[in-house]
Amino acid sequence: METLHLGLVHYLSVSAALFTIGVFGIFVNRKNIIVILMAIELILLSVNINLVAFSVFNGTIVGQVFAMLVLTVAAAEAAVGLAILVVYFRNRGQIATEDVNVLRG
Amino acid sequence: MDFQQTAAIFIVLAPGIAAAIAGLGQRFLGDKGSMGITTLILVAAAALAGTLFFGQVFGHHEGGNGSHTVALARWIDVGTFVANWAIRLDTLSITMMFVVTGVSSLVHIYSIGYMADDPHRARFFAYLSLFTFAMLMLVTADNFIQLFFGWEGVGLASYLLIGFWYKKPSANDAAIKAFVVNRVGDFGFALGIMALVFVIQVPAASLGADGQPVAAYLAQVGVEQFSSVGFDTVFHIIANNTPVQPIGQAVATPIQQVTFDFLGQHVWALEIIGVLLFIGAMGKSAQFFLHTWLPDAMEGPTPVSALIHAATMVTAGVFLVCRCSYLYEHTVVAANIITVIGATTAFFAATVGLAQNDIKRVVAYSTCSQLGYMFFAAGVGAYQAAMFHLFTHAFFKALLFLSAGAVIHGMHHEQDMRNMGGLRKKMPLTWAMMLIGTLALTGVGVPGIEGLNFGFAGFYSKDAIIESSFASHDAYAQFAFWLSIIAAFLTSFYSWRLMFMTFEGKTRADHHTYDHAHDAPASMSIPLILLALGAVFAGGVFYDAFVDHHQADYWGTAIFTGAENHVLHDRHEVPTWVKLAPAFAWIGGLFFAVIFYLLAPSVPRKMARNGGPMHSFLSHKWYFDEIYNFVFVKGTALLGDVLWKTDKKVIDGIGPDGVTGVAKAGAGGLSRLHTGYLFHYALVVLLAAVVFSAVVLFGQGR
Repeated sequence: METLHLGLVHYLSVSAALFTIGVFGIFVNRKNIIVILMAIELILLSVNINLVAFSVFNGTIVGQVFAMLVLTVAAAEAAVGLAILVVYFRNRGQIATEDVNVLRG
Repeated sequence: MDFQQTAAIFIVLAPGIAAAIAGLGQRFLGDKGSMGITTLILVAAAALAGTLFFGQVFGHHEGGNGSHTVALARWIDVGTFVANWAIRLDTLSITMMFVVTGVSSLVHIYSIGYMADDPHRARFFAYLSLFTFAMLMLVTADNFIQLFFGWEGVGLASYLLIGFWYKKPSANDAAIKAFVVNRVGDFGFALGIMALVFVIQVPAASLGADGQPVAAYLAQVGVEQFSSVGFDTVFHIIANNTPVQPIGQAVATPIQQVTFDFLGQHVWALEIIGVLLFIGAMGKSAQFFLHTWLPDAMEGPTPVSALIHAATMVTAGVFLVCRCSYLYEHTVVAANIITVIGATTAFFAATVGLAQNDIKRVVAYSTCSQLGYMFFAAGVGAYQAAMFHLFTHAFFKALLFLSAGAVIHGMHHEQDMRNMGGLRKKMPLTWAMMLIGTLALTGVGVPGIEGLNFGFAGFYSKDAIIESSFASHDAYAQFAFWLSIIAAFLTSFYSWRLMFMTFEGKTRADHHTYDHAHDAPASMSIPLILLALGAVFAGGVFYDAFVDHHQADYWGTAIFTGAENHVLHDRHEVPTWVKLAPAFAWIGGLFFAVIFYLLAPSVPRKMARNGGPMHSFLSHKWYFDEIYNFVFVKGTALLGDVLWKTDKKVIDGIGPDGVTGVAKAGAGGLSRLHTGYLFHYALVVLLAAVVFSAVVLFGQGR
């Protein structure tokens, strides 16, 4: 039985799938802001996979350093986003996306 | 400054000052003070004007009466356009001054009695004096601009006095109607003056270095000072056929050969000016087409009707035409138009007078008709006869109006003749006065018999007009002659109808009114008696000076008669039947009036009740008001409606409303993109990212 050789393409495919799921998670979802935040995390994750995969296959460390940076930013972003959400919930009493439209023209 | 000039300045300016004092100071003066001041000043002015007038008639000046001018102040002085405030003293203006101040002073006195119960007497007297001032400005003007000032001034005073009882809606309507209809005429008049300025310009070759005409040109014109609206300049230039250079023309042309391009035709400038000035005269003098305001003006107090709408203001048009005799002697078409319009008015107004029931309206139509006589007299070239009729008419028509006022006063403001009758026993003096007025109006006298020469005022003047129109042999004059004979018959009929319906027969007034009917108080009857004297004697006494042997001396340079104009002389040689025709006309009118209104009063009443096309045609005044209402009032409203909707829908729709509409729709579309939903923004961001990266990548790939 031929062993499955994991190549760059596979990593990139996973990454692309995750990215697509994340994008659709943002604008197909109409329920919950937390889901949107999670979808953004997915997108960032897919970018990280890309970075790490290229880093390994190219034999440079820069990509992995960049991935650490992205993780940090993602954590900070999640913290800020959730904090906004908490405040928002205090003011409006719910976090349904359909009602978050005060910017409407 | 001699007596004549000092007197003239007083006569013209004093009524204006009196009006200002009485009008502005009525709170301090009170009713009695205002009435006293205006009346006293007017009586003084009338006395002075009478002195001037009799001096003019009976004083013998070598070579006829001349004219001279008292300059008061420089008004306009721009280049060669000069106009003065001035008083022109010649026979025309002195005659008019006498008529105006005479009738006005009598009307002032009469109003003291007639307006005794009115709460606004002071205002009334101030208006009367203001009118007198404006009218005197008009008749003594020495240029067209000052004449126009007086012309508009009397229009204003007429408006104020017609609408004097401002709480009556009909009076307000009548005042506005008078003003608006006069505007039509005044527009023509203003155009006429502008055309004069346009045509009468100094030829470029005769202008000096200082922009003023050189002395040689002034000598050629025959004036000391060139003024393209001054009577002296204008009439001298027309009479001498002096070359002028109209604005925009390259060469100087003798004025009688100057032409305009008008509606693609070459037309004589003088004819155009003549017609335009006559349109002004038509408005003021209520001639056919522009007459509709005069009967309605009867809504004003009766003294006003007597002063403004019978004796003075409405004759301003006749005065204007006579003043411009220098012009009309050199025009053919304009003079013929005057003849035709005048004769038509004389006939038309007389027919309408047959079917009116308001005592004042009958007299008003009679005024309209008599003004027609004056106009066609001027049209056939007998300016002297026109002025003579103006003069006598002022007496007897003011008398008729003031008598009608006395009847109305005695009947508690009843004006409908159907509710009168049998008043002769109740008010014998008024009856006698009205009778004299009627005899004078219908022209009762003894015609054509030497040595037995007697008649009432209207007899001399009206016969002079009728004979003149026969003596002037062209077709238009013959048209005028026949219409005037018919009109004389109708005049007699409706005048006697008025007499009989008012004073004879059994009374149709209610008991209360009839029992209290009374003659007028002294302040009203004295003016009546004075006017009656005028109505009896004004014709016979002044006949010689106005239209007979001494007319050339009397009028002097004031009226110009062309070399081939012998109308005043030829009228003595008309056949006898022409001289007798007016007499038959008034006898015929009296005869039918006696039959219809004394012997068989049921016949006309039945005719009026049954209507019939003829009666309703006449009682609706030839449907003029209805036609004008349909054509002008409704037409203007319709046109305004169409234009308003066009403006609203088309112009606004494309213009302001369209632009704002596009902006609003665009902004609406853009704002709808902003749904406020996070996921929509995210989608846009993403798509944009895709598009941009695609662009960048494709750019790199090439």
